[in-house]
Amino acid sequence: MAAPNSSRPPRVALFATCLVDLMRPSIGMATAKLLEDAGCVVEVPSQTCCGQPAFNSGDRDTARALAEQMIAAFEGYDYIVAPSGSCAGQVRKHYPELFKHDPNLARRADALAEKTYELTSFLVDVLGVRKVAASVAGTATYHDSCSGLRELSVKKQPRLLLQSVDGLSLTEMNENEVCCGFGGTFAVKYGEISDSIVTKKAENIEAAEPDMLLAGDLGCLMNMAGKLSRMGSTIEVRHVAEVLAGMTDLPPIGAPSGQEKAR
Amino acid sequence: MTAHPTSPYFKENAHEALKDEQLQMALSNVRQGFIDKRAAVAAKLPEFEALRDSARDIKNHTLANLDLYLEKWENKVHDAGGHVHWARTAEEARQAIVDICRKAGAKTVTKGKSMISEEINLNAAIEAAGMTPVETDLGEYIIQLRNEAPSHIIAPAVHLNATQVESDFRRVHTHLDPNRDLSEPVQLLTEARQVLREKFLAADVGITGANFLIAETGTSVIVTNEGNGDLTQILPKIHIVIASIEKLVPTLDDVSQILRVLARSATGQEMSVYTTFSTGPRRPGDVDGPEEYHVVVLDNGRSAMLGTSFQDMLRCIRCGACMNHCPVYHAVGGHAYGWVYPGPMGAVLSPSLIGVDKAGHLPNASTFCGRCESVCPVRIPLPKMMRHWREQEFERHLTPATVRSGLGVWAFFAKRPTLYRFASNLGMKALAFFGRDKGKFTSLPFAGGWTDYRDFPAPQGGTFQDQWKARKGAKS
Repeated sequence: MAAPNSSRPPRVALFATCLVDLMRPSIGMATAKLLEDAGCVVEVPSQTCCGQPAFNSGDRDTARALAEQMIAAFEGYDYIVAPSGSCAGQVRKHYPELFKHDPNLARRADALAEKTYELTSFLVDVLGVRKVAASVAGTATYHDSCSGLRELSVKKQPRLLLQSVDGLSLTEMNENEVCCGFGGTFAVKYGEISDSIVTKKAENIEAAEPDMLLAGDLGCLMNMAGKLSRMGSTIEVRHVAEVLAGMTDLPPIGAPSGQEKAR
Repeated sequence: MTAHPTSPYFKENAHEALKDEQLQMALSNVRQGFIDKRAAVAAKLPEFEALRDSARDIKNHTLANLDLYLEKWENKVHDAGGHVHWARTAEEARQAIVDICRKAGAKTVTKGKSMISEEINLNAAIEAAGMTPVETDLGEYIIQLRNEAPSHIIAPAVHLNATQVESDFRRVHTHLDPNRDLSEPVQLLTEARQVLREKFLAADVGITGANFLIAETGTSVIVTNEGNGDLTQILPKIHIVIASIEKLVPTLDDVSQILRVLARSATGQEMSVYTTFSTGPRRPGDVDGPEEYHVVVLDNGRSAMLGTSFQDMLRCIRCGACMNHCPVYHAVGGHAYGWVYPGPMGAVLSPSLIGVDKAGHLPNASTFCGRCESVCPVRIPLPKMMRHWREQEFERHLTPATVRSGLGVWAFFAKRPTLYRFASNLGMKALAFFGRDKGKFTSLPFAGGWTDYRDFPAPQGGTFQDQWKARKGAKS
């Protein structure tokens, strides 16, 4: 692994992911703050998408083209960090498979995979961060998004960091490792089934009676926020990075902008 | 012809399933039971994960040498006095079985639980030949009364509630007292046992499946909990085993290892109640057993999977853990999948056996949550193989045009970072403008699949890359 030279701070390329770039830039800002607070030099290379939607739709050519673009843009850094288990998982677990039979790119894809991390896992497992300087009052429940949990073993890391947030208490919901029903294009292609799954998820969230629902992937968060909102729930939905960075003054996901948060 | 698939209508099937209150009640009852039991029994066995590796390796080794082991197994069956019938297709398998039954002059044929018999639509063939097939597994018996297919590979009637079973028994068992009490599940079980006991004694031929075929001894193995399988294969004069080629394992030692992960993964038991080994017909001096022992070995498309990206699927030992842990299966149940094998294993296997043109929905109807792979006792990479099917569909232009064109537009921008940044910044600002009052959209054109069921959160406005650039500009 490209271990950073201990005499200089690690240069980290922030891969915001296309959803965060487009839908909720504050998660990117929170990610940058957390990385900088932990002593990293953060840069944001020009980026679009890791190619996962194409890969999972069976369009390997597009998936390869986007992965190649991504490798070229990000391979010059010590680490690549994304506020998403799903997109980091795509690079870590699936790029090597995409280029397995391409002798020119296989090595580069493997090298990028090795130094790409989901945010909370990078902070805890690589940098050894144990606490953050944030203060957020309330009770939160954490949903384990599937790719982060099963591809990257992200489970304890976000909880460890959340426990250090001043004023925040954690409460676990039932079935916190069960999929929320998002699944990328699945949510639209099989909307009715997705709805059945996210309805059960929303019921589990409500039963835990938290003030906040947190997770590490914006796609899942938008799905759960959209369902909770449709059900008339007042639970605030936020990305874990926003809470860890103490950036909870912005409206939660799916709430009106330009007004104070409703609590 | 194999069992007729309704898989092309998966979406319609799923719609019906989601509206079916009885089904949803039954599914909510099973959702947690299987999962908790498996987790508890796996946690109690320190070597469970190592055993999964071992089970995977045994099956991989067998598949890599399948021809050799099949030959060896056949010789051993002959040595023990049994008969082997090779069936390339469902039709050949049905024909072989019906011929054996006819030759025996059979009237009643009892059956133990077998998914292969569902795959080849065996009951219909037995009936068409003028004989009566009787399912003896309680779940299979119930769905036979209802003229339904199994909805789960190890719990065929898992889609039903006790009250439905009670009314079926009252409808069919008309020779019994109409005022009898059937309010407790144990009363249903006792009644089924009583009715089936007579059938066992009347049977001329007994048909079972096989969980394993053992090459070194020519043995077939069934793994059951009710004991009906033993009565099916021991009491009649003739025992027919119907099994597919991938049931083979090399040795008794190998079976012993795989058995340690099978019941744990399936029902959360350490071992099933009965694990029965059958080698040939009754020998001189045996107190019981059939006079004839036949094995019908089915290919039906499996050998064509060898050497392809779907070979790993042939490791499957049919425990059902993948469907027990699948959020899509929990939502729609097994019948919606439209063919014999439901859940994640069916989403991979069905396209191989009936064609991806018919079963194309199944590998797409997955969130890729990966929970199936995380519990598979032989570590089949199920999501990866579903993705392989999606790739074949994309290459063959079977992917829906709307998905294809949507993907095309998105890819056009994603491959051009400068254009992407310009367009996305503009687009997100516009979308944020329209969504700013509510913070969400309750309907969106082209995204009804989303907004019919949940709100779509509005974007904050602008893009992260744009904001980052502005921050850097302000800092320098």
